[in-house]
Amino acid sequence: MARVFVDVMPKPEILDPQGQAVARALPRLGFEGVSAVRQGKHFVLEVDDSVDDDTLTKIAEGFLANPVIEDFVVRRAES
Amino acid sequence: MITFPGSLDDQDAARAVRYAGAEPVALWHDDADLHGVAAVSVPGGFSYGDYLRAGAIARFAPVMGLVVAAAERGLPVLGICNGFQILCEAGLLPGALLRNAGRHFVCRDQRLRVENNGTAWTNQYWAGAEFVVPVKSMDGRYVADRSTVDELEQQGRVVFRYAGGNPNGSKNDIAGICSPNGRVVGLMPHPEHAIDELTGPSADGIGMFGSVLDALAPAAG
Repeated sequence: MARVFVDVMPKPEILDPQGQAVARALPRLGFEGVSAVRQGKHFVLEVDDSVDDDTLTKIAEGFLANPVIEDFVVRRAES
Repeated sequence: MITFPGSLDDQDAARAVRYAGAEPVALWHDDADLHGVAAVSVPGGFSYGDYLRAGAIARFAPVMGLVVAAAERGLPVLGICNGFQILCEAGLLPGALLRNAGRHFVCRDQRLRVENNGTAWTNQYWAGAEFVVPVKSMDGRYVADRSTVDELEQQGRVVFRYAGGNPNGSKNDIAGICSPNGRVVGLMPHPEHAIDELTGPSADGIGMFGSVLDALAPAAG
């Protein structure tokens, strides 16, 4: 078994109103100095050793992320 | 008319089909055949709870594989709201629908302008006509990369545009688009809720369902 992380983020040119809302709330909570926030998704997958990197990329590209609007990074946990 | 777990507007779509004078056929997300339907309506709602992304899981429903294959053979397909999101996720229409720019769920009567009356679903309208239908969505902001939007505009594939204010920040005020052959149309607002003045803001939405009957008539006759 291996642990795999997939991070999915809206592409830089895509407006992220949720991230903006978080950024605007921070000063109201007394946290200064955060100029921008982008909100994405973090997936943790437990996979069999038979699952290769190509398959993981297909999972990320074809399902976990929508390549029209999102970028993704697939990373295996250090074992 | 397809029902997914979490669909909401399938019954209203069936009612609109009936009002237009056709027979609605209930399709289930798990169906292995399309029961010989002449056209498919993919309804609004929150299929599979909108988990992951709106429409992302519905796109893998068994019935959607059949719909994609049939659409490639020219079957008219209409996606409304969540149905539009599903058609984009399924690759039948380009682009994607994201969280409204204003971050709020928008539910209001919305004026729409018909930009293309040459599609299977809009041939009963005048080009440039405006009518009012409800819009009710959280993820209605249409986005696509610049070349895709340019292509849609140049090919006249923007079918509907918001008039009198853009409710969600969609690119170029786009409310609905179509496939290159004009048989697949997706839009965020809800024509199926505007088919009778007793229950909707107008009765003008019925034209979409009448249009597809006209588009199918030559084949039937």
